[in-house]
Amino acid sequence: MRHVAAALLAGVLFGLGLAVSGMVNPAKVLGFLDLAGAWDPTLAFVMAGALVTTMIGYRLVLRRPGPVLGGSFPAPATSAIDRPLILGALIFGVGWGLVGFCPGPAIASLAYLDPGSFLFVAAMVVGMWFQGRIDRKAG
Amino acid sequence: MTIDMAHFSPWSGLAGGALIGLAAVLMMGLQGRVAGVSGIVGGILRPARGDVGWRLGFVLGLIVGVAIDCAAAGVCWFASDLPIEIAASPALLVVAGLLVGFGTRLGRGCTSGHGVCGLARLSRRSMAATAVFMASGFLTVFVMRHVMGGL
Repeated sequence: MRHVAAALLAGVLFGLGLAVSGMVNPAKVLGFLDLAGAWDPTLAFVMAGALVTTMIGYRLVLRRPGPVLGGSFPAPATSAIDRPLILGALIFGVGWGLVGFCPGPAIASLAYLDPGSFLFVAAMVVGMWFQGRIDRKAG
Repeated sequence: MTIDMAHFSPWSGLAGGALIGLAAVLMMGLQGRVAGVSGIVGGILRPARGDVGWRLGFVLGLIVGVAIDCAAAGVCWFASDLPIEIAASPALLVVAGLLVGFGTRLGRGCTSGHGVCGLARLSRRSMAATAVFMASGFLTVFVMRHVMGGL
């Protein structure tokens, strides 16, 4: 239960961050991705704010022997840059550029009850499920 | 290159980014987990015992966070101008949603998992993934807006 509460709290902060920064709005994200048009650099500032906070915060919390609620910290990420990583990022980028939604903002935007958000999230979940199916068949 | 000064909002961008970073630090410090949205949602689709509740909690939190902002701004659900604009057609939303879902799971991460948490850990995989999805996003918008003239 404490894990659920902790994740809920983190989710709320994350969602607030997306709303405050305007990143929940796909039009604003497209404004960043449109280098050749009237460019809105805000997304770079969001990334910078998030990165600096996370780098400092990770450094502080990873000094502990383990997470506060038990378990262990994840092992350092592998460094293997493989085909699925690059191909997946490439496909994700195309979808991101088509509409301006990535997974976090798309889900968070459901709060506005816009039918477009529901359609996108439903399709996204199908895409995730389909990839998992291929993975299991291959694996 | 022209800067869109009417929409550029560096301070709220930095503040919102810091909140996102704080969420990532909480997830790591309390539970030892990466705050990657696509990975968290992906795990709900392949449920393991005792591993679903926190994922649903996080997802619900995302929506609640925006709702709190909405409520704080006055009840924006009934306003004629919602703070989001989804310009894409239903067909495009479906295609893009499928690509985002498939691609983020294949590439094992999205803007949050690779772009924030992974970069903060200086992961080479995340640096490569972030460079690729950024480039691919820039290129897609360029083609959509300036080659095909759509959107």
